[in-house]
Amino acid sequence: MEPASRLDHNHQLSLKEFPYIIRWRDDRCKRCGRCTAVCPVKAIEPSIKVLRTVTSEGPVPEPTSTRKITYVVEQVTDINRYCTGCGTCTLVCPNEAIEPELNPQNKFLHFKNKGGDAYKRGGRRNDPSISTLDRLKFTRISMLTDPALDAGRHEFRIRTLLGRNLPPEQLPLKEVGGKLVVDRDGIFVPPVREIYPIMIGSMSVGALSPPMWEGLAMGVTYLNEVEGMPVVMCSGEGGMPPRLLKSKFLKYFVLQIASGYFGWDEIIHALPDMVEDPCAIEIKYGQGAKPGDGGLLMAYKVLKLIAEIRGVPMMVDLASPPTHQTKYSIEEAVAKMIQSMSMAWGFRVPVYPKISGTKTAQAVLNNLARNPYAAALSIDGEDGGTGAAYNVSMDKMGHPIASNIRDCYLDLVKQGKQNELPLIAAGGVGKKGNLAANAAALIMLGASAVSIGKYIMQTAAQCFGDEYNRCNLCNTGRCPRGITTQDPKLYRRLDPDKVAERVVDVFKTADTELRKIFAPMGRSTELPIGMSDGLSIGDKEMSERLHIDYAC
Amino acid sequence: MCRLAAITSSEYLSPMEPILALETMKEGHDGSGLGVMMKDLGGEFEGLKDFPVLSGICSNAGMEVVDEYMEKKGFTVKHSWAPSIREVKGVTRRDHYFARAYEYPAAYSDKSAREKEDLLLKTRLELRSMGQADESIIVFSFYPDVLAIKEVGDPLQLSEFFGLEDSSLKAKVVMAQGRQNTNYAINLYACHPFFIQGFSTMTNGENTAFVPIREYLMSRGFQGYVGYNSDSEVFTHILHYLVRQLGYPLSYYKHVITPLKSSEIEKREDRDVLDLLKKSMRMLCIDGPNCIIGFTPGGTCFMVQDSKKLRPGMVGGVKGRYALMSEECGVDSAVPARDRSKDIFPMKYDMVVVSPGAEEVTVWNQLHD
Repeated sequence: MEPASRLDHNHQLSLKEFPYIIRWRDDRCKRCGRCTAVCPVKAIEPSIKVLRTVTSEGPVPEPTSTRKITYVVEQVTDINRYCTGCGTCTLVCPNEAIEPELNPQNKFLHFKNKGGDAYKRGGRRNDPSISTLDRLKFTRISMLTDPALDAGRHEFRIRTLLGRNLPPEQLPLKEVGGKLVVDRDGIFVPPVREIYPIMIGSMSVGALSPPMWEGLAMGVTYLNEVEGMPVVMCSGEGGMPPRLLKSKFLKYFVLQIASGYFGWDEIIHALPDMVEDPCAIEIKYGQGAKPGDGGLLMAYKVLKLIAEIRGVPMMVDLASPPTHQTKYSIEEAVAKMIQSMSMAWGFRVPVYPKISGTKTAQAVLNNLARNPYAAALSIDGEDGGTGAAYNVSMDKMGHPIASNIRDCYLDLVKQGKQNELPLIAAGGVGKKGNLAANAAALIMLGASAVSIGKYIMQTAAQCFGDEYNRCNLCNTGRCPRGITTQDPKLYRRLDPDKVAERVVDVFKTADTELRKIFAPMGRSTELPIGMSDGLSIGDKEMSERLHIDYAC
Repeated sequence: MCRLAAITSSEYLSPMEPILALETMKEGHDGSGLGVMMKDLGGEFEGLKDFPVLSGICSNAGMEVVDEYMEKKGFTVKHSWAPSIREVKGVTRRDHYFARAYEYPAAYSDKSAREKEDLLLKTRLELRSMGQADESIIVFSFYPDVLAIKEVGDPLQLSEFFGLEDSSLKAKVVMAQGRQNTNYAINLYACHPFFIQGFSTMTNGENTAFVPIREYLMSRGFQGYVGYNSDSEVFTHILHYLVRQLGYPLSYYKHVITPLKSSEIEKREDRDVLDLLKKSMRMLCIDGPNCIIGFTPGGTCFMVQDSKKLRPGMVGGVKGRYALMSEECGVDSAVPARDRSKDIFPMKYDMVVVSPGAEEVTVWNQLHD
């Protein structure tokens, strides 16, 4: 007879409440212990069980029971050690004896608040439904009206401009003897970079592990130096390795300054030794995944290298406030900061703000439209990723990128500034793996470039995270892939060369696919920014909202 | 694909000549429309070079509205031309086809040419707007020494319909387009050549970058950048924008609509200029495939195309008479007696420019010149 206390399970959670349930196969398991050792959250543990077997031999029942001790792998029911479904256990199992299974009936969010601690995680919005970007189709195909282009043979120029383009009326040109000559005469010509229209978005050294950041940086450099593709990458907040700051490769990087100003002491001190200007400066005001929220690099991620780059003591929490605390108004925050950053590099570097997708994006846009030093506006939609945020911010806050970018573009069209102030769209680009198609759709809605983050982690470093809340442990520093951790035991799993190779694969593939989209539409010379007649959607209301065709 | 025929000459010529050239290229147009744009007018308009000519089509009611409006604005009719219409099967006759030379309102006698041009444009746009809903008023051009005729139908049949063979209408520059209707419903405002303040162009090929270019032009804040019933109208407006509004020499039209690659710009002495133009006017890159033939207010004719235009247009002729056509057979029809070895098939970097009076033809090379 079991004691009464063992029968009182009322205060325990059943496995049915958990988002993933471990399917363990006794018959296959050789009890090597790899799965329990590798589990980043200790959701499974080896356990000893007593098996009682009742047998009876002979024609008359004469039951005898035998007790046997056995070893099993067991999933725990502690909510703080919930199985995240990452599947690292499956990865290391030699006998395919274990795998997590999604439990769609789970009541995880009902319980993941123990101790009054709201659920925090990494990743992006947990919404696996098809995004607007993936519903957009390219429906204007040149065929018999004119010969379509051959994506394999024609010359394509898939490039965009990052920086403020002076309108023709303000160009410092005058005619001399039938030719135009430059006559600056005090006219400020803003710096403009020609870049690849897919950028790698801001992910910091610190948020990312050293091999991950290094792999991305190597991939980007290879693309520029060997493949001739001017792909650029944003540093994220937290500076850059000092040697890189002083290297000729700095021109492939966008330096980000955010509300914590981490890394900027080092950057400013490296200024006299810089041999190249950075591609641009991004001022982060918001992030699509957690609008209005700040950043936090947990103390256990602030190891020696990170502390040095950021110019802070080791092992302290590094909080970036939700807003730039030294600024009290949009004039302060935008105009002065843009000018200050421009001035630091002698007005040779484009400086642009990044905001989270919001209904108020147009207010920011119009402020920038009147600011001659603003180089672009980057808008990060609700499907953007993050290394750490409250679940509620990620799931419920923010604005989808499609209509946000479209509204902003059409606003610029009204003002005749659609080429003057480039828009960069981010947030959910490549969410379902359709990188080129999502990028092309955003460009045709009006973006000059797109930015990717989560996608590149998934594709270049096999990040487990998805929109079913798989893994999403970035905030804990226990990333099982070694992508978002500063623990050498974890990040040594990641080979930076392999990451770099994958980055190159991804961009070369995207380039081919972009040609495959642009060629049938007859576009090859210039990026089809705002070519909205090329797009359709199978939803009438969406088509009206986006001012594009409805097709079914 | 539409067929294009332009002839520029030191002598006055009949509009029939380019129309007959179009007939030789008939396999390329389906007779869905004809547009003729004449500049440097002869015949009955020869003595009226300073007087703006309003060309259009009206219903009876529309004509009354035009007369009333023009009178109210102070324009007085100096000379009026109307074709002697002959009924032709397949062509639906409208009430009034006309070209009228007007005297400027008295208040404009001392105004600058630019102010007069703006008045003419505004007047044309207002007339267009007044008659747009019921198609009672259709106006193609209102400018000195320029006349336009357009109608739906087969070019040769239309020339018979308008009685052009026996007409006294003549001009030194005549552009004609035979329409291959593709993207849009047949609408006379979609019929080339397009015209704005002395600039005219006609095009063949699909303009795949139409929407962004249209939006960019419409956002320039210039009243004349409207219409766009055809994707080709933007080519005329880009020309006008660059040459008239920005004051650029004609060759920069090529640089803007088909910019050089960055690697090519780098090798040029004027790279700063070209780099600024390319970036600033990124939205005006046409992305083809298109062949554009046009004229400027000064009477210069040109042909230009982009790199995707796989079969180039052609320019051929003799001093005093050059033909700019989309097909060689058209040039053969217009100037049969010429040195064929001097025929020009402009390639992707070329812009063929024929000076006023067909004095001289030059090939301006975007890469080297």
